[in-house]
Amino acid sequence: MKPIRNILDSIKPHVQKGGKFHAFHSFYDAIETLFFVPNHVTTKGSHIRDGVDMKRTMFMVVLAMVPALLFGMWNVGNLHFQANGVTDFTLMEAFWYGFLKVLPLIIVSYAVGLGIEIAFAQGRGHEVNEGFFVSGMLIPLVLPVTTPLWMVALAVAFAVIFGKEVFGGTGMNIVNPALLARAFLFFAYPAYLSGDSVWIAQSADAISGATPLAVLTAGQHLDLSVMGMLIGNYAGSIGESSTIAILIGAAFLLYTGVASWKVMFSFFIGGFSMALLLNGLASSFPENAYLALPAYQHLLIGGFAFGGVFMITDPVSATQTETGKWIYGFLAGFIAIIVRVLNPAYPEGVMLAILFMNVFAPLIDHYVIEANIKRRLKRVAIAK
Amino acid sequence: MSTVKNEREPLFSAKNIRLMTTPLNKENPITKQVLGICSALAVTVKVEPAIVMAISVMAVLAVGNLVISLLRNTIPNRIRIIVQLVVIAALVILVDQVLKAYSYDVSKQLSVFVGLIITNCIIMGRFEAFAMGNKPWPSFLDGLGNAAGYGWILIAVAVARELFGSGTIMGMTIIPEGFYGFGYVNNGLMILPPMALIVVAVIIWIQRARNKDMVEEN
Repeated sequence: MKPIRNILDSIKPHVQKGGKFHAFHSFYDAIETLFFVPNHVTTKGSHIRDGVDMKRTMFMVVLAMVPALLFGMWNVGNLHFQANGVTDFTLMEAFWYGFLKVLPLIIVSYAVGLGIEIAFAQGRGHEVNEGFFVSGMLIPLVLPVTTPLWMVALAVAFAVIFGKEVFGGTGMNIVNPALLARAFLFFAYPAYLSGDSVWIAQSADAISGATPLAVLTAGQHLDLSVMGMLIGNYAGSIGESSTIAILIGAAFLLYTGVASWKVMFSFFIGGFSMALLLNGLASSFPENAYLALPAYQHLLIGGFAFGGVFMITDPVSATQTETGKWIYGFLAGFIAIIVRVLNPAYPEGVMLAILFMNVFAPLIDHYVIEANIKRRLKRVAIAK
Repeated sequence: MSTVKNEREPLFSAKNIRLMTTPLNKENPITKQVLGICSALAVTVKVEPAIVMAISVMAVLAVGNLVISLLRNTIPNRIRIIVQLVVIAALVILVDQVLKAYSYDVSKQLSVFVGLIITNCIIMGRFEAFAMGNKPWPSFLDGLGNAAGYGWILIAVAVARELFGSGTIMGMTIIPEGFYGFGYVNNGLMILPPMALIVVAVIIWIQRARNKDMVEEN
C-alpha cells in the first residue's frame, strides 16, 4: 500500500484548489478513497464510526457476486461450445471464451456509470461516492451475453441519470438502478433481451437456446432435473442461472450482515406461497401446464434466486422498518410468481415485481410507522 | 382619473406582448403549471398529430377565451363552470368536424383525444384564471400564448419520441440506413407513454437549470 500512498501524495497538490489539474479533483478523490479509508472523524458529540464505510460495504456485495460471475463466464463458454457441437472442451477453454465475452460488458458498464457519477459529483461540488460499484457489476449479470455494448452503455446512462442522479445521487434513488437499466433495455429493445436467440454467444448464425422459463411459458414440458436447476448450466442471463453460486453469495452477504435476511427470506416465502396457490389451481386449468410446476422449482429457475439475493436486498430502495421488510419481501416474491405464470407476455416477473415494490416501499414504511405510533399512543392512554 | 381610463391602450402594448410570451417559458402550462399532461402523453408518439393537436387547442383556447371574456359580466357565478363547458364543447365539436373534413387521417390518429380537449385542464384553467376577469383582447392573446406554450412542448416531445422511437420525423426517415447496418435499433421505449413523461421531465430540468427563478421552494 505504501507505494500507492506515495503516488497519490505526489499528485495531491496538483488537484487541490489552485493546482493545475483542479478540474480532476473528483476523479482523484474517487481513486484515493478507493484505496484508503478516508480519515474523516466526527467532530461534534461522541460517535463511533465504523471502519467499514460505504465503499467497503459495496465491495462486500461485489465480492458476493463473484461466484455467480465466474460461473456465468464458464456457462457462456459452455453453452457456446455445446451449441456449436464441440464436446471435448476443457473447463478453462470454456471459461476463457466466456471471460472474453463478458468482460467488455463489465468494462462498458463501469466506465459509463462511474464517468457519469463523477461528472455529476464534480458539477454539484459533492464528494464522489461510488454507489455505482454494485450496480455496475449487477447490470452485466442480468443481461444476455449477446447484448450490444452500445445498448449497455445507453441503459447504464439512463439508469444512473434518471434512476439516481435526478433524485440526488447515491442513497436517494427510489428504484434499484441495476433493475432500471434492465427494464429500460427490456422495453426499449425487446428483441435483444428476450426470445430464443439472444442467450448464446456465437459468431455466425443465431443459435436458439430457450430459457427454462420460455419453455414453460410456451406450455412445453421442461426437460431439466432439479440438480440441473441448482447447478444452472442452462441458457439465461449471465449471472442468474446457477442457484448454487448465488447461494454462496447469499451466505457471504448474510454472514457479513450487508443484506437483510428478513427481506431475502420473505421474498422466497412469498414466491413459494404464490407458487403453492397456483399448484392448487393446476387441476382446474389443465391447459396451463405452467401452473403445475412444483413450487420449490419456481425458486430455482430464472432470475428468482438472483433477484432475491442481490436485487431486492438493496438497502436504499427497500423498506427501512423491520416489519416493513417482511411485507416488502413477501409481496415482491408473491407478485413475481403471479407475473411469471399468469402473464404470457412476460416469461419472467422478478424484475417487474421488484421494481413495483421499490415504488411501494416508502408507503409500506409509512403505514408501519403509523401503526407503531398508534400502538404506543394507546399504551400512554392506559398509563394515564 | 377619467382621462387615464379613456386613454386607449395600444393593441400590442408591452403588457399584452408579455401575456403571449410568458407562457412560452416562465409560466409554461405544461412544464411550470403541470397542466395538460394527459394529452402530452397520448398524442406525442408522432410529430404530425402533435402539431394538429397543438393547432386545435390553440383554436379552442383563443376563441374560447374571447367568448368567455365577452360573456364574463353576464355569466351567473354559480353556473359559470357549466357555461364554460358549453363554450368549450361547442368549439371542440367545430374543430373535430373541420379535422374530419380536411385531414381525416390525422383525425383518426387523434381519435378520442380531440374530444378530450374538453377536459384539457389548461383550457378551463385559463377561462377561470384569466378570461373571467379580463377584457376580450388580452384574453384572446392570453389564449394564444398559453396554447403556444402548450404546443411547443408537445411538438418538442413528439420530435424526440418520433426521432428515437421510429427514426423518422413527420414520416420522413431521418436516421440514415447505414446506422441500422451498424446495429442501431429504434428505441421501443420511446413509443411507450412513460418516455413522454421523461422527455417532459428533461425539458423541465433544462428550463429550471437555465432559469433559477423557476425552481420551486419546498
